[in-house]
Amino acid sequence: MSVDNDGLIVDSIARSFNGQRAVDQVSFEVRPGELVALVGASGSGKTTTLRIVAGYEQPDTGRVLFGGKDFTRLGPAKRGFGMVFQHYALFPHMSVLENVAFGLEARGVGRSDRRQRAGAALERVGLNGKGDRMIQQLSGGEQQRVALARAVVIEPRLLLLDEPLSNLDPTLRASTRDELRATLKATSAPALFVTHDQDDAFAIADRIVLLAQGRVLQTGSPEDLYDRPASRQVAKFIGHATLVHARRQGEFASVTIDGTTHRVALSSFANLSDGVIGAIVLRPEAVEIVTDAPGPELDGVWPAVVDARRFAGAGFVYRLRLDHETVIDVASRDRFEAGKTVGVRITRPVPMVP
Amino acid sequence: MTIAGWFEGRSRTERLATLAALPLLLILAWTVIYPNLSVIAGSFGHWREFAESPSDVEALKNSIIIAVASVVASLAIGVPLAFLLTRFDFPGRTLLRAAALLPAALPPLVGVISFLFLYGDTGVITRVTQLVLGLKEVPWHLNGIGAIIFIHAYTMYVYVYLFVSAGLERYESSLDEAAVGLGAGTFRRLTRVTLPLLTPAIAGSALLVFMSALGSFSAPYVFGGGIRVLSTQILNSKLNDAMGLAYVETTVLAISAVAGLMLFRWLEGKRAYVAAGKGGASRQPVRSRSARICLACAAGMIVLVLVLPHLMIVLVSFAKDGAWTTQMLPPEYTTHNYAGLFTTNQLWTPIRNSIVMSVLATAADLVFCVAAAYLIVTRRFSGRKLLEILVALPWAIPGTAVALGLLATFNTNNLAAGKVLLVGTFWILPLAYFVRNIPLVSQAVEGSLRQMDPSLESAARGLGASWWMAVRRVVLPAARPGIVAGALLACVTAVGEFVASIVLYTHGNRPISIEILAQLRSYAFGTASAYSALLIGLVLIMALTARIAESRMK
Repeated sequence: MSVDNDGLIVDSIARSFNGQRAVDQVSFEVRPGELVALVGASGSGKTTTLRIVAGYEQPDTGRVLFGGKDFTRLGPAKRGFGMVFQHYALFPHMSVLENVAFGLEARGVGRSDRRQRAGAALERVGLNGKGDRMIQQLSGGEQQRVALARAVVIEPRLLLLDEPLSNLDPTLRASTRDELRATLKATSAPALFVTHDQDDAFAIADRIVLLAQGRVLQTGSPEDLYDRPASRQVAKFIGHATLVHARRQGEFASVTIDGTTHRVALSSFANLSDGVIGAIVLRPEAVEIVTDAPGPELDGVWPAVVDARRFAGAGFVYRLRLDHETVIDVASRDRFEAGKTVGVRITRPVPMVP
Repeated sequence: MTIAGWFEGRSRTERLATLAALPLLLILAWTVIYPNLSVIAGSFGHWREFAESPSDVEALKNSIIIAVASVVASLAIGVPLAFLLTRFDFPGRTLLRAAALLPAALPPLVGVISFLFLYGDTGVITRVTQLVLGLKEVPWHLNGIGAIIFIHAYTMYVYVYLFVSAGLERYESSLDEAAVGLGAGTFRRLTRVTLPLLTPAIAGSALLVFMSALGSFSAPYVFGGGIRVLSTQILNSKLNDAMGLAYVETTVLAISAVAGLMLFRWLEGKRAYVAAGKGGASRQPVRSRSARICLACAAGMIVLVLVLPHLMIVLVSFAKDGAWTTQMLPPEYTTHNYAGLFTTNQLWTPIRNSIVMSVLATAADLVFCVAAAYLIVTRRFSGRKLLEILVALPWAIPGTAVALGLLATFNTNNLAAGKVLLVGTFWILPLAYFVRNIPLVSQAVEGSLRQMDPSLESAARGLGASWWMAVRRVVLPAARPGIVAGALLACVTAVGEFVASIVLYTHGNRPISIEILAQLRSYAFGTASAYSALLIGLVLIMALTARIAESRMK
């Protein structure tokens, strides 16, 4: 891990609660200007990690470094980070403007300067003219933006966001993602945000740290995680995937389903050695339905039975059964009835995981 | 584990919280635990005396009978009244709703006196009834267990009414609608859905009534009429200088209270529902004409019964002392009683004492309880549970027992044993008021703090605020409704306090309640009532202040 990093370095932190390991040897970094997402299911340790970075929790072991300095034992007030809490933690007895100005007040900024800078921050998030409102008078989306303005106005060295989008309804959520990424990119400070939603992470983050059971599963760009997963757990968590047993043979995998074996091109194979058994990751977009000449003899085609069909606007999504344990989802514009036998072919190189 | 080793294993915030809790725990150990242990220690060697005394055994039996009967009577009045007022609309509803809280404005001793004026042998209602029915004798005697339960029902149903109303306000009305949709009739809906879901409210209020009735002192003391209960036995033993026996009686009373507390908690725990609901059940207008008339008449009657004690106190407070003998109502009126309170030094002293002592005690309660509530609600540290229990403990101990404990502890100067001579000085009563009101104030402040989003303080700290700035600008404003409510409640309780006062007062620091009793004994009904009216007035002013402060905060 580079020491000359001006950003955040989290170095093998661990934290237990009542003997339960919440965070276990977690390491990652956030480089200057970068947006990093901590992604994981609930209980994966992502919020605890964020709270340790913020200074609200202390790690049992490990270090938190920022700009080359050890921040591990520094109180949250002294870190100069800005945080957006999951439920925003806006002060209910203060107006919108007072909320945004609070951090400046704590820094001893004079009253008129304070008001002016807080007003500018509100304008940046599109809330000009709402400074005198009380918090309860705002919609959920507006509250989220006040929380963001309050964190940004203190010109933080690092922005921390805990599930910033989880309290918004789905339609608002999609548009807020782009807005959030734009705002975060505009504030030059690096940002670390926690989410359980991979769509949020894909849309906003430059890099993703994927956590499960308190450990880092994989770190990388969204494309890395999607196209080159390091393990079954990663492949299952990211995107919609079916895992099928396979043996690596160089750049290919030999895959046997229901007695029929085909060779499948691989896009990545993690750290699997040649000849070792693992699993290929089948995603809907890598598979197509073949109808012209279904049959076991055809090269690269497996027979499958249509289990179910779901209309999805642009076409149908079929649930196909290849054998008693292999069920995959495939998109197609053609119409097949349930119970029909069709052929299935893999159309592009797929990742393989141990 | 060594202390140093223990410290190593904790986070900084946890260590700080434990350090901050330490002085609070020490104060509680000194003013709550130690006195109770002293009482228990003092009781050894006198238990046989207690068991062999027929009057003590009878007192224990009476105390429990009165407590249970008071619970039953309060539930019988409070539950239907809460349903009536939250579920139905009828003429006179608003008036009845306002009047339903009136008994709470009567300090215990004042309530007892007003009942004496109304329903005693020479009381107004008693004489009117006698006249109307043309009886030779008075129709009833206001004494014994029945009289005690009667006044308990009047003053204590308010707890039940308040708890159950609050439960009904929050009650998710779709649950009732679901029950009806599934084909349940009114009775089944009530017994299988509504009442079970209200169990926490009913059990909570029943517990409150049980504890108040068990420790009740004023009613048995003034018109027990030879009926013995534990709280009055304690005072008798103390006055007879039989301290050992008094300690046994105190221990028995405290044990009964704690046993009752545990029984109710157990019952409540068996039925712990999270009554999550947005509430919003609308009130049904009563449509039938005859039912409306009946309800309006009944509401009028109830309001009259509720208001009469207050009116009677005010009326008698203008009666000339010594002039009211055989007449139905006092024959001569004067404002001299009130003028006397403020001009006669002898009469003014108790008022000044009560106000000074309750302000002192409340100020101490505020400092102590805000600190304790802040630690209990916002921090995780070893000792938190202990602090939480100790802060609530004085509530489970009847006032007489609290007073006896202080009497047993602060009766001598012995620093080595942690004893300071306060008994016989001015300070013993403020201390007693302080201890008795700790649960009340911390409960109120805790309630407000629990409603605060716990990340608010973190957010303030993260924005760069110092600890003190975060507390001053974020935590205290969030706690303000609880602080205001707690302070007013503590003031109201302390200013009319009687039970602990009668055990601990001296001539120099005698509070209003003691003076009321003295005036009553010398048949100065007017002066006693003027004091009482003053107390009621103070209570109403404080309640009003709380209302206004609350609405302004919204």
